[in-house]
Amino acid sequence: MNRGIRLFLVAAGLIALPFLTDFAFGRTWVRIIDFALLYSMLALGLNIVVGFAGLLDLGYVAFFAVGAYLYALLASPHFGLHLPFWLLLPLGALVAGLFGILLGAPTLRLRGDYLAIVTLGFGEIIRIFLNNLNAPYDITGGPQGVNLIDPITIGGFSLNHPLSSSFPAVYNYYFLFLAVTILVAFVSSRLQNSRIGRAWVAIREDEIAAEAMGINTRNVKLLAFAMGASFGGLSGTLFAGFEGFVSPESFTLMESIMILCMVVLGGMGHIRGVIFGAILLSILPEALRYVGSLQQAIFGHVYADPSSIRMLLFGISLILVMLFRPAGLWPSPVRRRELAAHDETARHENSSIYDAGH
Amino acid sequence: MEIFLQQLVNGIVLGSIYALVALGYTLVYGILGLINFAHGDIVMIGAMVTLAVVHFLSGTGLPGPALVGIGVLVAAIVCMALGYLVERIAYRPLRDAPRLAPLITAIGVSILLQNLAMMIWGREYLSFPPLFQSGSFTFSGVSISPIQILILFASGAMMGALSWMVKRTRLGNAMRATAQHPEVATLLGVDSNLIISITFVIGSALAAVAGTMVGAYYGIAHYDMGFMLGLKAFTAAVLGGIGNIEGAMLGGILLGVIESMGAGYLGALTGGVFGSNYQDVFAFFVLILVLVFRPSGLLGEQVGERP
Repeated sequence: MNRGIRLFLVAAGLIALPFLTDFAFGRTWVRIIDFALLYSMLALGLNIVVGFAGLLDLGYVAFFAVGAYLYALLASPHFGLHLPFWLLLPLGALVAGLFGILLGAPTLRLRGDYLAIVTLGFGEIIRIFLNNLNAPYDITGGPQGVNLIDPITIGGFSLNHPLSSSFPAVYNYYFLFLAVTILVAFVSSRLQNSRIGRAWVAIREDEIAAEAMGINTRNVKLLAFAMGASFGGLSGTLFAGFEGFVSPESFTLMESIMILCMVVLGGMGHIRGVIFGAILLSILPEALRYVGSLQQAIFGHVYADPSSIRMLLFGISLILVMLFRPAGLWPSPVRRRELAAHDETARHENSSIYDAGH
Repeated sequence: MEIFLQQLVNGIVLGSIYALVALGYTLVYGILGLINFAHGDIVMIGAMVTLAVVHFLSGTGLPGPALVGIGVLVAAIVCMALGYLVERIAYRPLRDAPRLAPLITAIGVSILLQNLAMMIWGREYLSFPPLFQSGSFTFSGVSISPIQILILFASGAMMGALSWMVKRTRLGNAMRATAQHPEVATLLGVDSNLIISITFVIGSALAAVAGTMVGAYYGIAHYDMGFMLGLKAFTAAVLGGIGNIEGAMLGGILLGVIESMGAGYLGALTGGVFGSNYQDVFAFFVLILVLVFRPSGLLGEQVGERP
């Protein structure tokens, strides 16, 4: 099949998706797909840091929070500011990128798991600040968060208004998120094949060798943090406009861990794999809701809390997927070749986060 | 001054619990290079099992400390079995896999254990019955309760025993050999799979004791108590230099002291702008600062790039 036809089919499928989903599963599922797209952007952002540059970041959700709160504070009655969406979207990416550099700068010397714990601490620090900055001056709204956030408005048209009765607001957001996700994926793939992308991979595989090859490892690592963070910020602004409400509860460590799971489970460093992982992991917990309530139908009696069964199965599926596909469900072709090679020396010389510890 | 000493005592007690949990992380990390994310949840299971045993036996009229003793024993056995199973099922098959793969299974195990606990014990906070005599001894304005003394002695004894075992016994020798180089250790006649299993079992036993201590100290057990505790303990292990046993102990106690000092003084130091609700920020901030100046933790070895 030639490239043009394939592209056309994919585009047609993506345009038809909300209509088909609505028809087959109901409108809630269109909303779930909207969230899956937001998570895809987050996973693509984290993929730059973890997948390309090999820096394990466990506090990634902080950048999502920065973007979300930026939009929430500057476009809501909280401070009485109502800045336009087109200004806030790039601003969210920019400010989150600055936070990325702020995190990256002191951690450049750290390696592997030490970096992981510092990023984790950074994520927690941001969350605790968001949770507590309502006294003595109310900045973030504290645990209650910020509500009544302006909906995303493009050219005077609020996305919260349905176009018609068969084209509700969730469809508007779907097409906006789809466009941004495609943009983010495109930027990711261009970055991957650029000079910077190659420098990232070089650092991931062997930092000292990369430095010897003339790569300025400090700047290149900072750039990875900044790029990854700005995608997170982008996604955060969209999230705030979509939900109309933000609170620190959406930005817990568990959320960071989920995004990391999406990246690793999908196939680190592989853009299509990462998107696949994000969509799978945002849909799976929702789909497992049905299993939880199935016990009523099968046994005629509720034995256990459906939500625990749902998360139980989710945990089991994480374990099973990794046991059977340790490189992720859809690893990049290059990685697959490397893993298949049973070359002892090659195995020992690899010591990036992709590889076994010894 | 009295406040300072009081916070110091509270911090050391809290810190010795952190240290026990941190040892579990550091033992596993030292040998496998793996962050065992499920360790905190094994601590939680330890607390829950002890509580269940105490409730079960509470009608027999045994004195409080005896009840807890039996409870800890049962909890230790359950946790040891659990630790063994987790390693066997979720980590061993992935030993040669990409390094982040076992991290994800660890997260999966953590989610699994939490939800199992929620199904068995419910989502409410369970209260630990007061098993030790209340009241406290006061030395020049600093009060210390019997349970605090017990925690200090028990954790001190366990840490001492562990240090001795790792440094002086044949088993400890084998553990250190496996940590250094598993293949060579195997060549020299060490069954490294067995050693790794034993490491998990020891870490889980410590976790059971630590879980019971937390439950009895705060009087509460909850299905997600392990997550934050595990996080703190892991932070402590990194602070001391992960993989290093003395480092875990030092890091644990230090983190406990930093936290309680933060809780006690942060409000006064910043003129009331940052209250004690920022104590975790303070702890993480100190961690970041330490790692900026000593990137491998306080007692971590300055290893070369290539092992």
